[in-house]
Amino acid sequence: MVDESHGPGSVSQTTRNSAWIKFIDERLIMLGGCWTIDEAERLDNDLKAIHGKIGTSLNFNLSELERLDTAGAWLIHRTRKNLELGGTEVMLVGVNPEYGVLLEEVAANDQSPPPLPHVNPFVEWVARTGEVTLDTLHRARDFLGFFGLVGLTILRTVTHPARLRLVPTIHHMEQVGLNAMPIVGLISFLIGVVIAYQGANQMKLFGAEVFVVNLIAVSILREIGILLAAIVIAGRSGSAFTAQIGAMKVNEEIDAMRTLGLDPIEVLVLPRLLALMLAMPLLAFFADMMGLLGGGLMSWIVLDIKPDQFIERLGNAVSLWSFWIGIIKAPFFAVIIALVGCYEGLQVGGSAESVGHMTSRAVVESIFLVIVIDAAFSIFFQLVGV
Amino acid sequence: MATETVIRVENLRTGFGDHLVHDGLNLEVQRGEVLGVVGGSGAGKSVLLHSIIGLQKPRAGSIEVLGQYVLDLEPPERAALEARWGVLFQDGALFSSLTVAQNIQVPLKEHLRLSQQLMDEIAMIKIGLVGLPPEAGRLYPAELSGGMRKRAGLARALALDPEILFLDEPTSGLDPIGAARFDALIKKLRTTLNFTVFMVTHDLDSLNAICDRVAVLADKRVVAVGDMRQMLNERHPWVVEYFHGPRARSAGLSGL
Repeated sequence: MVDESHGPGSVSQTTRNSAWIKFIDERLIMLGGCWTIDEAERLDNDLKAIHGKIGTSLNFNLSELERLDTAGAWLIHRTRKNLELGGTEVMLVGVNPEYGVLLEEVAANDQSPPPLPHVNPFVEWVARTGEVTLDTLHRARDFLGFFGLVGLTILRTVTHPARLRLVPTIHHMEQVGLNAMPIVGLISFLIGVVIAYQGANQMKLFGAEVFVVNLIAVSILREIGILLAAIVIAGRSGSAFTAQIGAMKVNEEIDAMRTLGLDPIEVLVLPRLLALMLAMPLLAFFADMMGLLGGGLMSWIVLDIKPDQFIERLGNAVSLWSFWIGIIKAPFFAVIIALVGCYEGLQVGGSAESVGHMTSRAVVESIFLVIVIDAAFSIFFQLVGV
Repeated sequence: MATETVIRVENLRTGFGDHLVHDGLNLEVQRGEVLGVVGGSGAGKSVLLHSIIGLQKPRAGSIEVLGQYVLDLEPPERAALEARWGVLFQDGALFSSLTVAQNIQVPLKEHLRLSQQLMDEIAMIKIGLVGLPPEAGRLYPAELSGGMRKRAGLARALALDPEILFLDEPTSGLDPIGAARFDALIKKLRTTLNFTVFMVTHDLDSLNAICDRVAVLADKRVVAVGDMRQMLNERHPWVVEYFHGPRARSAGLSGL
């Protein structure tokens, strides 16, 4: 739909919708068509090309514009501004009033972002290191404070047992204990299978296949059963604690509790802590049994060690202490997971994003602390000789 | 001025489960006007907006926007149509991991191929148009106040110079001064950018200040449409209560 009355100016006008720039002479440039954002890239390049081709004064004739949006107005404004900086006097002629308003608005809002302050990268690195160190120390101090606060709340509850929230405690035991059994059991069973299979291959080299039972018993009972249970619970329940409490924090429920005279530590933290401390040893026991079951089954298949042989060998291989060492650690791990989960939940700021951030932090921290404490226990038991 | 219908909703029926939100709802919006949609809480104002922009699938009826039936569009046609409207959600709905300037550039990157320099410049212009200071471009949504977040959300909605602007309770959560400034901003931008506004609101002051026409949602449909003067003469009980209540009087409506 080329309108012939546009005369020679319409040569580059292929369709009605495309924008065009017509260089009449060094004092007049016609702009026409639809100057919209979808043409902006091309027009930007074309407009840059006119620099240097013009004299000391220039008119842009806008009378043939069919549409103009912010991007188009910006391009015209910027070209004009740059030409004027180069010493050319620029006039816009034939501007329809509607486009005039837009051009004025765009000119009024021509603002460049303030420059970024220059910083030495080394100084910034040092500053960041210091910041992170201080932040870590502060958080360690705060966590210690939280630990003490929970301790005091426990003491108060011991002297006033009626304050203990029994129903939520039972509810959380179901959530963190009973409902976690399938996944803890399955993982322990599979790890038992893997240890038996890999152990059998190595022991065969020495002709000492039957010692696979020792390997399974010691590793599962002392370390793997409880550690697997703790890691699964940290990922499953520690994160849930943070998310639940964090969501309540975002929703201002924690503040509401305080105004109603309820202590969030007593109402939210203690039931979770107690539930996990009770459930964790049971889960560790269950993980031990499933691990032994997997190991025993695999020994039977690969090494033809019958179940009765396995059980007899088990009695010789480990003392009851190996079993108790695993179970003793369970409440300690439970305390770490529950407190880190609840603490990070209470640290959630105002936004939903912060809930996700704190949840992942809680999982990482609690798994890390569980393994650190496990290592400490290892050294301790070595020293006392069990 | 010749009128052109840019949004036409016919016999719309929407619902959740057993509960019908709209039944037999009809509404038309003309090019260039500011239409305010009011109604009680739960009357389905937001659901209507969500249906028009395609976030909520209606059970029956037809919705035509800019001459296209939004319910029948193929994905590429839909994307092209979406580039012609902008939506401001209640709290801005800015992407929290991006700065304000990057938020504004999201629609530019999605629909067009522009150089980074040009996108930065366009983002700066939009930031200025909505009345934010230049430094705001580098801030993250969490660092902004509620009023600034709405302005930033508006800048993103305006990124592609839309023909229709949908506003979902634009002044809710703002103090009266901030709300009045936001109304003035919409009014000014409309003369500059020539868009049509479909605005869901509770705010009688906003209605009075910037709306050309008001549509009232009640009884699962639009019970009244017209300018403020016509609203004051309506007989529907909800409309009477709304436009003649104590808050309407304090908004200065009775003097119309």
